[in-house]
Amino acid sequence: MNAPVNASPITTAPLLEATGLVRRFGGVTAVGGIDLSVFEGELVSVIGPNGAGKTTAFNLISGLDKPDAGAIRFAGANIAGRSPEGIAAAGIARTFQHGRVFANLSIADNVLIGAHGRLRAVRPDWPIIGPLAELALALVRPASVRAEEATLRDEVSEILSLFGDRLLPRIDQPAHSLSYANRRRVEIARALAARPRLLLLDEPTAGMNPTETAEMLEIIASLKARGQTILLIEHKLDMVMRLSDRVIVLDDGRKIAEGKPQAVRTDPAVIEAYLGHGNIGAAAPAGNAATAAPTLPVTA
Amino acid sequence: MTSWFDHTINGLIIGNIYGLLAVGLALIFGVSRLINFAHGSVYVVGAYVGWVAVSVLHTPFPVTLALVVILAALLGIAIERFGIRPLAGAPRIAPLLATIGLSFVLDQTVQILFSPDPRSVPMQLPNWRLEIGGGSIGMLDLLIGGIGITAAGALFAFLKLTKWGWAVRATALDRDAARVVGVDVDQVNRIVFAIAAALGGVGGVLVGMYYNVITPTMGFEATLKGIVAEVVGGVGNVPGAIVGSLLLGIIESYGVALLGTSYRNLFAFLLLIAILVLRPNGLFASRHQLPPEPMTGTFIAPSKPIGLPVPLLAALAAFAIALPLLIDNGYLIQTLTNAWLYALLGLSLTLVAGTSGQVSLGHAALLAIGGYTSALLAADYGFPVWLTIIAGGLMAAGLGTLLVSPAFRLRGHYVSIATLGIGEIVALVILNWESVTHGPIGVAGIPPLEFFGRPLYDTNAIYWVAFAIMLALALLQVRLLSSHLGRTMRAVRDDDVAARSFGISLNRYKGLAFAFGGFVAGISGAFTAHMYSFINHETFNTHISVLALTIAILGGMGNVGGAILGAVALIGLPEVFRIAAEYRILLYGIALLLLVRFRPQGLLGTV
Ligand SMILES: Nc1ncnc2c1ncn2[C@@H]1O[C@H](COP(=O)(O)OP(=O)(O)O)[C@@H](O)[C@H]1O
Ligand SMILES: [Mg+2]
Repeated sequence: MNAPVNASPITTAPLLEATGLVRRFGGVTAVGGIDLSVFEGELVSVIGPNGAGKTTAFNLISGLDKPDAGAIRFAGANIAGRSPEGIAAAGIARTFQHGRVFANLSIADNVLIGAHGRLRAVRPDWPIIGPLAELALALVRPASVRAEEATLRDEVSEILSLFGDRLLPRIDQPAHSLSYANRRRVEIARALAARPRLLLLDEPTAGMNPTETAEMLEIIASLKARGQTILLIEHKLDMVMRLSDRVIVLDDGRKIAEGKPQAVRTDPAVIEAYLGHGNIGAAAPAGNAATAAPTLPVTA
Repeated sequence: MTSWFDHTINGLIIGNIYGLLAVGLALIFGVSRLINFAHGSVYVVGAYVGWVAVSVLHTPFPVTLALVVILAALLGIAIERFGIRPLAGAPRIAPLLATIGLSFVLDQTVQILFSPDPRSVPMQLPNWRLEIGGGSIGMLDLLIGGIGITAAGALFAFLKLTKWGWAVRATALDRDAARVVGVDVDQVNRIVFAIAAALGGVGGVLVGMYYNVITPTMGFEATLKGIVAEVVGGVGNVPGAIVGSLLLGIIESYGVALLGTSYRNLFAFLLLIAILVLRPNGLFASRHQLPPEPMTGTFIAPSKPIGLPVPLLAALAAFAIALPLLIDNGYLIQTLTNAWLYALLGLSLTLVAGTSGQVSLGHAALLAIGGYTSALLAADYGFPVWLTIIAGGLMAAGLGTLLVSPAFRLRGHYVSIATLGIGEIVALVILNWESVTHGPIGVAGIPPLEFFGRPLYDTNAIYWVAFAIMLALALLQVRLLSSHLGRTMRAVRDDDVAARSFGISLNRYKGLAFAFGGFVAGISGAFTAHMYSFINHETFNTHISVLALTIAILGGMGNVGGAILGAVALIGLPEVFRIAAEYRILLYGIALLLLVRFRPQGLLGTV
């Protein structure tokens, strides 16, 4: 039922495969049995009206919340119910819809936190005495530790340069001093620093103006071009249409459509869901949607 | 021999009094999401109003009760208006800290007005007892039970039947929504504080009559018991608070019957920790849910820390070293030595509460662990002092981390409550574990400090050693903060959910913060023990924990230089101005209040 419609390496197993995910909050079924898969190198978008359960699905995949039912396999292993730390270590990094930068940390430190899981020299994974060794190494700071830190700092500049001069000139400023859009960028940079096998982006352009949105589209396109696997939640449909290999549409906790962007766009169930809710996100105001009958409106 | 019947009655009566406190705490938490540490102080004020009424004005009992209710309610309104409401937009932990400051101010004011001596509240009731089976019930028991039931009934009637009761419930359910539908939430807060304070004040008079003794310092313990009862019932749950109170009263009463009076509080705090670890939402909570928004407990006001230039710092250090040679004032040097030892405590807490966001209210326990370890090893087992001081630091690091580790999974206010409880448990274990700690007698004849085998008696020499240790550990902490650990701990503080999403194990980094901080505090406690030559279970009390927090906030949370500056200011200045001890605690309370209100980022800024 959820055979990949448009995945080049059909022969291999998906990198991420969630089946029958369920999460209820009291009487509300936020996610009601969703199947979802992402193949290596793919960019899959999840769209749907507000409250459809997209963020909840992300929380389940990233381990911040535990599913009431269902399985999540990532790179062959079952990760459902694992701790967020464990899932991060397995190679999933995410951004948050409402932005969760570390407000009092500089941009550089925020991004370095993204690379926390990659620290090796200063975090030997010895049993039991590991934490104490980490403390000692942090205080003594032998050459290997200094070299690792320096390499990561170079990498931070490299990642930040992806955003032009939006972030680099402010690299030592605390995140709370940044504009909303810049905080969103810091989140993406932080996630990239983890070098994740799968990147989860929850509405990366929320609150951005058209210029900034276009910039973000280019950045995500460039990530995709270099082979980054991405699962994207996005309201701005033109962006979804241009970036996605595959689109999954959620409504009311259920998957109502899945397929290539063009196919999804003309799917009657999808149009019904969007028009029915009259609520489609910033890119397509309700008035606009009401006049566009056959396909979902996309501003090019 | 008292019977089990008597113990049960006693437990219910005490539980009733806890209930008068816990219900108020639960109401206040319900509408303002605040754990009110000043609640026990209202109870003290109630007790003293009762004492004045009975002993000075000779009022009959109903008039006494009415006076207490009115004055306590007014005090509650004043606390809400001047202590809490100005902090509406501040970090969640700010009003909690303000109530701690208020409790210091109120308790000390009572102490200054009425002297610290215990007073007895004459009983205004005929002293007959009803014999039942193997036990008896007294008139006072019935009265307290009656007042408890009447108060609970009146409260429920108010909440369910009146317009303002509805407004209180609406506000507790969702403050913003209540505001939207036109509820005057400020008025709701005022009403709730008035009711809570009135109930607390009544509790104070009744306990005064029940035990026939009141002291100005009894408020703190009352707050703690109220909080324990509230946590047992589920924070903010009014009926839960009543059940929790009765349960606590009975558990304590049976515990005392089995093991003795000095175990009473141990039972209370073990119950607290067990509930926090096993059922943090109380006995009656439904399944745990992910909180929709982060409930961070940090007290970090975004600010730009003031960076002092290195040459200036070096000059200050040189001055501090040269000071004993420049002036001949042993008293001042001793005072500053004390300040360096408090600076160590401040460094420890600023790392734990400031850098890592775990606002510990039991930090004095780390001093106690370090102090006792070193004192006992040196005095009873004859180890060399330099070695036992290091052992004290290591023990505080290891044992301290182990003891707080159950609290690592908690957030926000719960961390503060848990650390407070753990701190009290440490003090009570020291008091009761006589075979090792010498119990209430304390440890006397602790060998003096030594320097390469030579005993140190010279004031200046002790000063230099204390300064050198303080400086070395401060520099080590600076190094820690500049490493990946510094940013990792601060990330845990700023947003633990986001931190976990990037592979940061909270246990590991909170643990490392407590381990490093525990070592620093343990060294301070050990040094102090050898300097005083005598310690007991009260040497490192809760006042010191709060003072440590005030030091850390004054300097700027997480700020190493700030902790040292804060210690010099709060320890040195009162000493220089020769402020008497009871005014000093008043001063600390006022300092905490003013800081939280007007300069939350401290003198040098949060880091
Ligand atoms: N922590 C929570 N507690 C209760 N209900 C929640 C919680 N998180 C999400 N929900 C509910 O689940 C539904 C899906 O929400 P969400 O996943 O955030 O939607 P989306 O991201 O698609 O806009 C909504 O009805 C929302 O109110
Ligand atoms: Mg969402």
